[in-house]
Amino acid sequence: MTALIQLQDITKSFAGIHALTNVDFDLQAGEVHALCGENGAGKSTLMRVLGGEMRPETGRTMMLGEELRLHGPTDAIRRGISVIHQEMALAPDLTVAENIFLGALPAGISWPKLRERARALIARLGFDIAPGDQVSDLSVAHQQVVEIAKALSRQARVIVFDEPTAVLSTGDARRLLQIIRDLKAEGVGIVYISHRLDEIYEIADRITVMKDGRRVDTVTPASTPVDQLIRMMVGRPLAQLFGDKPETRIGDEVLRLNGLTLPNGVRDVSFAIRSGEVVGLGGLVGSGRTEVARAIFGADPVSSGEMVLKGAPYRPRNPRQAVRRGVGLVPEDRKGQGIVLDMEIRKNATMANAAPVTIAGFFRPGAERGLVQRLIQSLRIKLGSMNDPVSSLSGGNQQKVVLAKWFNVDPGLIILDEPTRGVDVGAKTEIYTLIHRLAAEGKAVIVISSEHAELFGLCDRVLVMGEGELRGELLPPDYEEEKLLTLSMTRRQPRAAGGQA
Amino acid sequence: MSENATTITETAGKEAGGRRKFSFGKAFRHYGTFGIFILLILVAQAQSDAFLTERNIMNVLRQMSGIGVMAIGMLFVILTRGIDLSVGSIAALGSVATAILVKDYPLPVALAMVVGLGAFCGLISGIFIALFRLPAFVITLAMMTGARGFALILSNGQPITLGAPGKALQTFGTSFTLGVPNPALLMIGLFALAFLVLNYSRFGRLVKAIGSNEEAVRLSGIPVPFYVLAVYVISGALAAVAGVLVTSRSGVGSASVGAGNELDVIAAVVIGGASLMGGRGGVINTFIGVMILGVIGNIMNLAGVPGYHQQVYLGVIIVAAVLIQNGSSLFRR
Repeated sequence: MTALIQLQDITKSFAGIHALTNVDFDLQAGEVHALCGENGAGKSTLMRVLGGEMRPETGRTMMLGEELRLHGPTDAIRRGISVIHQEMALAPDLTVAENIFLGALPAGISWPKLRERARALIARLGFDIAPGDQVSDLSVAHQQVVEIAKALSRQARVIVFDEPTAVLSTGDARRLLQIIRDLKAEGVGIVYISHRLDEIYEIADRITVMKDGRRVDTVTPASTPVDQLIRMMVGRPLAQLFGDKPETRIGDEVLRLNGLTLPNGVRDVSFAIRSGEVVGLGGLVGSGRTEVARAIFGADPVSSGEMVLKGAPYRPRNPRQAVRRGVGLVPEDRKGQGIVLDMEIRKNATMANAAPVTIAGFFRPGAERGLVQRLIQSLRIKLGSMNDPVSSLSGGNQQKVVLAKWFNVDPGLIILDEPTRGVDVGAKTEIYTLIHRLAAEGKAVIVISSEHAELFGLCDRVLVMGEGELRGELLPPDYEEEKLLTLSMTRRQPRAAGGQA
Repeated sequence: MSENATTITETAGKEAGGRRKFSFGKAFRHYGTFGIFILLILVAQAQSDAFLTERNIMNVLRQMSGIGVMAIGMLFVILTRGIDLSVGSIAALGSVATAILVKDYPLPVALAMVVGLGAFCGLISGIFIALFRLPAFVITLAMMTGARGFALILSNGQPITLGAPGKALQTFGTSFTLGVPNPALLMIGLFALAFLVLNYSRFGRLVKAIGSNEEAVRLSGIPVPFYVLAVYVISGALAAVAGVLVTSRSGVGSASVGAGNELDVIAAVVIGGASLMGGRGGVINTFIGVMILGVIGNIMNLAGVPGYHQQVYLGVIIVAAVLIQNGSSLFRR
């Protein structure tokens, strides 16, 4: 039997780094084929190739035995391949019907007819959404339904779901799985990417596991227990990058969260951190780690729960109040949030705390240069001149400028969100040393990272988040990626977190 | 010492680091405005012997003093990625208020009140833009209509002469110090002050940083709304100063002062190389931008180009100036 879709020997690299290496993947009509792997394993990239958004360097895409040469996503859609992305691609200000037929609108539009067709498509999915409603007024679940209706309207034979249930409530997720079963029964081939293993086991006919841009294996759920699947996803050698963690004296409690709940889906997070401690916040991307960090820093609002900082109630309404109380954040998006790229290194370094080098609001150029020079030496930033724009530096040195900014503020609690993303190995080690130094100076440090090895190498303990909840805590004897992933990806609640402290 | 000093050290630093070579695109962006200015002066000199006379130069400076003062405020606003369309109308309000208030208050008090009134207009715009996060274009458009209307109400649509109480002001506006018209001196002084603030103060630095990457500034614990609010207050206050200058020259407060000036002011700042996308622009370049605008009008007058034609040429020249400054990105592809 000829496969509906066959991806053969796909290789794709970005800036010399292989995102996909000789990956094979096939999909039968009427099959649900799940794709698993850690963040950055190459799942989404592979689906971008299938959806015509990227062209691989080598390899080919076959559809029903014939080679497909896709010229962009529109071409893929015309051939019956629809990819529904994590971030939905709907136009929020248009109506449901307009969105469904967007890009396929006839020259002369008959609105009543179009609405009728939209209604029929949505009804086929078992939902009742008015075609005239504006998309921005719909719930996330209903928006997802509109996306699927859009795919159906193009007579899709292949639909890729990239983490469709990540944003859905349990009830809505169940209905989506039912839709997928129905589509499958109609002979549509479905690729299903999810971090929820229980769903995958429920719905998938086959599972392909990816790791570091390679296909590890393709298995059936029946023959593969969950723990074996997780073992296939991890198991990368632990790099010896971390140096020896210096002896630090764990001191008084710096921050305590009690039932922190945020409007963006983080629920009931409680933990405490003491001075001199490096605490990891692990879990998959989208598990709520960054949201918790931003709430502690006052960058996002809190809906309920309380925070206590150094023994006093703490509820920052903006980052300024957080900084004043001695909290710093190195954000995950360095270029978008961490630094002003076009601005000089010197000016970035003193941005958050200019008081020591200004008089009446004016800079004392000599004092500022001296301060920045000391920071550069202390953090070993490699640069031509402190008056160069930050954009002239490598990723690692850019990150050190962000760190320099906070060293200059000298906060009691510092949160580092993906501190080594896009940083080369050498600079990584130096950043690890700096993190240890912060702890040795008696600061409380929270590190968020998707590299589990990094968390285990750096942290005194690792709190694991999943779907907006704190799912548990790992101590050094339990430092295994499997345990971390199991905590993050499954709904069971092995043990309460933050027991100590 | 010019603000290009920083540019020079930047370039030097890069060469030392061995990372960047000299690039025409960069040179255009940094010095393009000067180049255009010098080119214009050469053209003007060739056109008319009357151009490079002291009298004519001082004339240009005086004519541009109002636009220049407003351009300072506009530069700060544009650096934050904003726009202020209300400057011409606030100048009109300032002009009318000056003529009315000099009759009831001692001159310094009256002038302080006028500047305060302009700052208040800017404060209102700033509150909507910085705190309620409404688009600057729309809010200042509303202020443009509102302030002009207020000026018309106050003046009853009639010009108001300064009269005897405003004698001192008029003397100031029409006389010279060291051969330079006083309004021009005031403009130059304000440019110098703005230069210090933008390049050496925390305020100036953060204004520029906000236009470049507002989120990074916010996440450094800086109260971004305060700074955004402040630039509109400054712009409003300086627009009122411009209104005072115009009135001090003419001796009349009028609600028609500054009509259409907002566009000249924006043009001057943009010719000076500032980016409407924020974060890029300098005080000296803005001054040159103002002068370019003045010289263009002056040349065409001297050469006897009819008024209607002048506007068409001006449009062409603005596009040319911006094209030259953005040459780097054009040459790349």
